[in-house]
Amino acid sequence: MSTHAPHAPDSARLVALPATLDEAVAALAAEPAAVPVAGGTDLMAAVNAGLLRPAALVGLGRLAELRGWAYQDGHALLGACLTHSRMSRPDFAALIPALAAAARSAGPPQVRNAGTLGGNIISAAPFGDTLPVLAALEATLLVAGPEGEGRQIPVSHLLAGRDRLQPGELLAHVRVPLLHAPQTFLKATSRTGPARAQASVAVVLDPVRREVRCAVGAVAPMPLRPLDAERWVASLVDWDGERGLAPEVLTAFGDYVGMACIPDPQPAGEGGEPPQLPPAVLHMRRTVATLARRGLGRALA
Amino acid sequence: MTDTAGPAAVTVTPAGAGAGPGAAPGERHRPHGLGSSLPAADAETKALGTYPYTADLWAEGLLWAAVLRSPHPHARIKRIDTSAAAAMPGVRAVVTHEDVAGEAGLGRRPGARPAFAAEVVRHHGEPVAAVAADHPETARLAAAAVVVEYEVLDPVTDPEKSFEAAPLHPEGNLIRHIPLRHGDPGAAGEVVVEGLYRVGRQDPAPIGAEAVLAVPRPDGGVEIYTASTDPHADRDRIAACLGLTEEQVKVYVTGVPGALGDREDLSFQLPLALLAIHTGSPVKLTATREESFLGHGHRHPTLLRYAHHADREGKLIKVEAQLLMDAGAYAEDASEALAAAVSFAAGPYVVPNAVIDGWAVRTNNPPSGYLRGEGAMQVCAAYEGQMDKLAARLGIDPAELRARNVLATGDALPTGQTVTCPAPVAQLLEAVRSAPMPALPKDGPVEDWLLPGGPDGAGEPGAVRRGVGYALGMVHQLGAEGTDEVSTATVKVDGTAEGTVATVLCAAVETGQGFATLARQIVQEVLGVEDVQVAPVDTDQPPAGPGGRGRHTWVSAGAVERAAKMVRTQLLQPLATKFGMSVELLSIADGKITSYDGVLSTTVAEALEGKELWATAQCRPHPTERLNETGQGDAFVGLSFAAVRAVVDVDVELGAVRVVEMAIAQDVGRVLNPRQLRARIEAGVIQGVGAALTEHLRVARGVVRRPDLSGYALPTALDAPEVRIVKLAEERDVVAPFGAKSAGAVPVVVSPAAVAAAVRAATGRPVNRLPIRPQSAVGAP
Repeated sequence: MSTHAPHAPDSARLVALPATLDEAVAALAAEPAAVPVAGGTDLMAAVNAGLLRPAALVGLGRLAELRGWAYQDGHALLGACLTHSRMSRPDFAALIPALAAAARSAGPPQVRNAGTLGGNIISAAPFGDTLPVLAALEATLLVAGPEGEGRQIPVSHLLAGRDRLQPGELLAHVRVPLLHAPQTFLKATSRTGPARAQASVAVVLDPVRREVRCAVGAVAPMPLRPLDAERWVASLVDWDGERGLAPEVLTAFGDYVGMACIPDPQPAGEGGEPPQLPPAVLHMRRTVATLARRGLGRALA
Repeated sequence: MTDTAGPAAVTVTPAGAGAGPGAAPGERHRPHGLGSSLPAADAETKALGTYPYTADLWAEGLLWAAVLRSPHPHARIKRIDTSAAAAMPGVRAVVTHEDVAGEAGLGRRPGARPAFAAEVVRHHGEPVAAVAADHPETARLAAAAVVVEYEVLDPVTDPEKSFEAAPLHPEGNLIRHIPLRHGDPGAAGEVVVEGLYRVGRQDPAPIGAEAVLAVPRPDGGVEIYTASTDPHADRDRIAACLGLTEEQVKVYVTGVPGALGDREDLSFQLPLALLAIHTGSPVKLTATREESFLGHGHRHPTLLRYAHHADREGKLIKVEAQLLMDAGAYAEDASEALAAAVSFAAGPYVVPNAVIDGWAVRTNNPPSGYLRGEGAMQVCAAYEGQMDKLAARLGIDPAELRARNVLATGDALPTGQTVTCPAPVAQLLEAVRSAPMPALPKDGPVEDWLLPGGPDGAGEPGAVRRGVGYALGMVHQLGAEGTDEVSTATVKVDGTAEGTVATVLCAAVETGQGFATLARQIVQEVLGVEDVQVAPVDTDQPPAGPGGRGRHTWVSAGAVERAAKMVRTQLLQPLATKFGMSVELLSIADGKITSYDGVLSTTVAEALEGKELWATAQCRPHPTERLNETGQGDAFVGLSFAAVRAVVDVDVELGAVRVVEMAIAQDVGRVLNPRQLRARIEAGVIQGVGAALTEHLRVARGVVRRPDLSGYALPTALDAPEVRIVKLAEERDVVAPFGAKSAGAVPVVVSPAAVAAAVRAATGRPVNRLPIRPQSAVGAP
């Protein structure tokens, strides 16, 4: 039985189930306090735990137009309601391998069947599995609002809080470049079965711009981009020939990424002992370095 | 990791119940009786999800309860104002400590937890008030509306600081100290190895969270429907707390959705009983996962310091140990856990001299309770770590070092007690040593290799090291130190027109240990009646004691056997008289009674002549004594042993561990139900793997962090290793009914130590902490 009791007096407006994006935006405009819910794997867990008590819900389950993807000018336009299990399939993996790998690792099958790409972005949990991949791909979020579907937000701006969704706005699509090059997503967990990432690393190659892009998840509130390490290693790659790098270079890249994401603390003032990082943090840095080394190595192999 | 009562018994391997690679040694093809793989009667309904657990029960006019719990680990309650909550529409009653009419304590022992915190809260999640309302959400909101003014106090969360800290409880902070002295305390060996070990806070994490339905009785009493594992003790405490007589309180045991020893449901039962009496209506509560983590007892986190003395050949000369167990805020089972830890601190080895000090102390951490193998599991991880260290120091193979020291029947424990039961430790060790090793991944297709870190993890074959580790361990089987281990059972046989039906009445709770199935098998064996039913348990039946400690296989099964044999005599005596032969010359099998010479042959149904025969019997094992002031005494009735060989793959760069195979050889006395036994052993091994790798309830300054199943990582199907049962030693224990030993606890005791030994072998790191953290499993550079 449900343990969730209605509290707002006007229960007729509590849950809207729009069938189109326009209806969804209209429903949000009519009830700006409403919370959109797609798979509900994060939201409903928070509701059941008593952490969240939405005044109203806009269910996105009937929005067929947001559940698929389309091609657009060398990009893929991914619907926000694309589920993790859909993204895991081979046809999707051929397009955006790292996103497929992240989706495959995102929890048990029941969660992957329900949880969506948009939900992963909006929840913005530090351990969200798709987030480092989207950051490395430099994905763009397309937001629908009362003024139409025009506003675009780089995913890192939303995750960093530089830009926010305005009242009445809804994340509709995610635009991801199709790079036609190897990509990896690696994740360290506490057990062999599905688990939250302790650290995760996405590496994507962009042969056209001759870039290596890397993002590290779960070690900070948002994915981190080690930009110096990316530029340094991209300069060493022979983009026109065999892309492989020597093992020492891969190791150096890993260490570079590890130090960039988990830097040593600032030394204390004159004569003071430099503060030591706790062993668990040092292990985290080592894990990031290992994942970055392996991820880049596999992408270049 | 938890047991499930029914489904565990039907988790069959693809080979099914018969022979095959999954079949345990000793498996026989019999449809019923002892030695058969009789399935549990309720297995199908539990597997189908139609079995009514407490959470599924309903009563006319049902109210819902919610419990308000302390957010602080240590605070003084200055004021509780329930008026706002009581005034909310739909709220029927709000109760606090002021409504507890009788004794304030609700645990099974003195010094146990109060029903509601009165002046002081001593741990995060301690109940402060409870509400009954007409809707569960209303009850939750009303509980949140109870105003409690706290004066937050400094929590004592480090057990080492508990000795010096101001008393957290009127009975002081030191719950028990056992200074065990055995042999010559001044003895010294040529070789000494020292080590410091830590064991974490494992949670029982039952698959079904706690739930209680309380129904008021017309006589002012209350009926409780819950998954109690010790209904009579629960009844007595509820009656004492509420100021009622025992006759006014009745506990009905519903299906137990997972128990690892005791289910500490009292913290839910008493508030519910109070609310039912206050409102005059039935009241139900189904705990959330968070409440479940906060409400029940955990494994005692333990700090262990060891020094092993040995000669050059590796023979142990002396064991010195200091054990510090964190009992949490209330005494609960700490004394019993400490006795087991101190008594088994040297393990199943011959140790002529021992100096072992154990302390159980009070802190503001979450309450500790009784999980399978409590006390024995913590020390096993440490003494086996010491054996590995000693082997490395002497350059002896770790398994060989163990073989040189193993205990056998007739040897003495450090408590001075002589081991009189079968102790085939050497054979068990030999069985796991000689078992074939699992295949190396290079021998199979690479895509079949499940790397540490999982199928989509970051594992890299080049960084994976395989390790093999051995561990031996032991655990006692019944309550120790003078606990009166009595159980009573009644067996009835009824000859009706539809056939002959036998019924077992016994208050032993089926917790997943398989008692209900075993009781049916015993009656089938003794009376030759196929249709045997086990009546539901309630407190109108005579007491059978708690469900943990593997007791019921011994005492309750023993009582059932005696009662069944008395009925058998009643059944056969008239026939024997009629034919002028002794009862012993008649046998019963498959519903037929035959004489030794085959002259007489009749059926049980005919012999019954439509009558009902019944008998009641008790089983009480020989008494034990409390450990004296130097830790000496015959404190245990039966002991069981196991040897485990763990094979692990470790990604030495990430510190990710995957257990490939656990090979176990176990001393079981006699196999009574092969499939059930195998399920128990597999469940125990996997629980041990959980304790070794992931299961630890994290607490920061007394506050439980992330009390949910993503924060508390249980082993999944991918984490569960291949469990290979290489030997079930069937040397019957002459004092135990059927010669059988309980099987559930010893795999949990030994498995974590074996995994730690294997990770040690793979990484070269000391691995002195459970669960093993990734940073401790990263290979030495």
